[in-house]
Amino acid sequence: MVNSTILRVSDLNVAARARDGSMMPIVSDISFSIELGKVLALIGESGSGKTTISLAAMGYARPGCVITGGEVDLAGTSILSLDFPARRKLRGSDISYVAQSAAASFNAALRLGLQVTETPIIKGLMSAARAHEKAVSLYRELDLPDPETIGQRYPHQVSGGQLQRLMAAMAMICDPKLLILDEPTTALDVTTQIEVLHAFKKLIRERQTSAIYVSHDLAVVAQIADHILVLKDGQIVEYGDAEQIVHAPRETYTRELLAAAHVLPKTIPTKKPVPQAARHQPLLKVGNVTAAFGAKSEFIALKDVNLELAEARTLGIIGESGSGKTTLGRVICGLKAPLTGQVTLDGQVLAPSIRQRDCDQLRSIQFAFQMAETALNPRHTVGKILGRPLQFYFNLSGEETARRVGELLELVEMPASFARRLPRELSGGQRQRVNLARALAAEPRMVICDEITSALDTIVAKAILHLLDDLQKRLKVAYVFISHDISTVAQISHDIAVMRNGVIVASGPTADILKPPHHEYTELLLSSVPEMRTDWLDDVANSRVNTLKAAQ
Amino acid sequence: MSNAEPAGLRRLASELTPTAIVCLTIIALAAFIAIFAPAIAPYDEGTILTNESFASPGNGMLLGSDYLGRDIASRLGFGIRTTLSVALAISVIAFLIGSAFGFFAAIMGGWTDTVVSRTVDALISFPAIMIALIVVSSLGSSFLVLIVTVAVIDSTRVYRVARALGMDIVVQDYIEAARVRGEGTGWIIWHELLPNALGPLAAEFGIRFTYAILFVSALSFLGLGVQPPHSDLGLMVKENMQGLLYGSFSPLYPALAIAMVTVSTNILVDWYLKSTDANLPEEL
Repeated sequence: MVNSTILRVSDLNVAARARDGSMMPIVSDISFSIELGKVLALIGESGSGKTTISLAAMGYARPGCVITGGEVDLAGTSILSLDFPARRKLRGSDISYVAQSAAASFNAALRLGLQVTETPIIKGLMSAARAHEKAVSLYRELDLPDPETIGQRYPHQVSGGQLQRLMAAMAMICDPKLLILDEPTTALDVTTQIEVLHAFKKLIRERQTSAIYVSHDLAVVAQIADHILVLKDGQIVEYGDAEQIVHAPRETYTRELLAAAHVLPKTIPTKKPVPQAARHQPLLKVGNVTAAFGAKSEFIALKDVNLELAEARTLGIIGESGSGKTTLGRVICGLKAPLTGQVTLDGQVLAPSIRQRDCDQLRSIQFAFQMAETALNPRHTVGKILGRPLQFYFNLSGEETARRVGELLELVEMPASFARRLPRELSGGQRQRVNLARALAAEPRMVICDEITSALDTIVAKAILHLLDDLQKRLKVAYVFISHDISTVAQISHDIAVMRNGVIVASGPTADILKPPHHEYTELLLSSVPEMRTDWLDDVANSRVNTLKAAQ
Repeated sequence: MSNAEPAGLRRLASELTPTAIVCLTIIALAAFIAIFAPAIAPYDEGTILTNESFASPGNGMLLGSDYLGRDIASRLGFGIRTTLSVALAISVIAFLIGSAFGFFAAIMGGWTDTVVSRTVDALISFPAIMIALIVVSSLGSSFLVLIVTVAVIDSTRVYRVARALGMDIVVQDYIEAARVRGEGTGWIIWHELLPNALGPLAAEFGIRFTYAILFVSALSFLGLGVQPPHSDLGLMVKENMQGLLYGSFSPLYPALAIAMVTVSTNILVDWYLKSTDANLPEEL
């Protein structure tokens, strides 16, 4: 083939129009090209412009944004010189897009098959029967269960990973020249992520489709991309082939990204195990707790859970979505009453619900929420957010409160002047620091951290982990650190408990849990964390197929 | 919040469109007349100046006389005063009742919510004008009965809006955070919920206020609202209706006043919603 370049983007500029009409550049001078059947990954933190670029490749700019310059050439067609109806004609058939949240992209009231085959039918490219046939063959290629009948189901009847693959089927049904995948596995559990990644990779390889893969996770990208474009603040930091970026990065920023990626460190820097003396009188004890939801408590969320947390230590709780880890946190702090069993703090049995706990008990256990965006009232200033617990628990005067708020901000490494700001005037990392500072304002014995680093960029998350560690040393506070990410938990915890379907399947000191022999589920979790090499996915896929065969 | 508010107002001021300025002027003028009617009206609302019905403008009567020979301009001033103050009182009471119950139901959920909501549904299922007619005609028409009756009817509509707004807010983590801290329901409603519901509620207040004007005017027109010799815009329309037969404009002035105030309020609410909505993505 003489010209196998599918997409060529040159000197692309996109800007946002400010309220006064002035233009603020979002991405500047981006150039890259994609060959037939190759995958280019766009990688960067939030706000680096990766989604903006991938949308611009379809000739689309989000409301408020304008493509101010550059060329986008798709297999000989200059997209930006086309008018809007002509661009729309290309979308869905020549270029297609897979969004981050498949759950939000499907219409819950329509059958899946109807939605997957919609594009070719309304564009008049295929008959309904032909589109259905095509869909079934795609389902099969994507390893979906019951390919003949899965189209009859509704979105809520399939799992998150399956939905994401159905979304891919929808995108691939017109045999697009270019497929754009925007963080397609970010919202999935690690074990599901592997299945989806594997299915995508197989599909792209077999169909010889070119693709843009947008992600913040270098280890994931390394599995699927041929070339990687590293972005920061709308500009190209480094552009090279995947092997080179992963093994021989040239730029400092790329190295930082690599260092912060969610991979298990080769030698696990486990913390010193808790001495026996400290174990003797645990700070927190969860004894035989069972909790359930539903009118008749028919959905069991926790089954006979036993845990202990020693003073000034960290207990990590790992599990996938639906494992009951968040419910456990809510039972400990009294937001959810257990069906049976009890929680003891310092040998004192805690009442099942918040209303019955006394002020000192409430103060001792604090909760830090996952999403700092929603955990901070958008109408309260940082000063009010941090000041309220001080007044509530310690009845401080206005002056003392202001002084203490300043100290708290300093504690989480933020300037005291931030007390006057509103949450929306802070960055994601800063909000999470304020969220943490609010929990610490109560001078608690322990803080329950529910996925507090999961929504953050890897580099920011790393800084928060350092801060947690530092605070523990200074304030002697204990943490229950809940996360789905085993690599994060491993770095911070003294002890680990692995949860699945409401049951603790393994628990013990971090080093013991991570050292073989593991419980089979721990093994599955550990082996599902992507490694920073390009052939990891294929290895894992092969070994799982072999295990399956052996089992049969 | 204290330092966020002026910035918000300043931003709103910078968004003023010509239409919004006209509407604001009309409302300011109406408010001025309502407040200072006793001072600026040449005559009292009940004084009969001439025995000529529907006299043409002149003889110190700017808009002529009404069916009893009273000064229309003066009565219009007092009418605006009565109608606006009654409507305002109704709206304020309706909002206090409606949003208190609405937020409470949203935050408690479960049984409390079901009981309150079904009760409100039952009230809503009666046509508003019917309830008002029955209550006012059986209790007798006074300002107190009128205001309380219409406010209670209106509060059911406010309840719906407040509950829906509250439902969206109570699922936010910051409400959960306040609960974990051990805060009481009252504090959570006042400090966490209310500030976030204020914008949409303010817009709803504008709409409800215009409905209250129309509702009171309609009741007065039917003879069950404000009683003579007090003046009210709806009442004035009714009293002077036959003037149309004699070529008098007298019923048109109060009608025009009702239209101008309600339409202006509606346009202002639309403008407010549009300009605050456009302000939303200020994180960009």
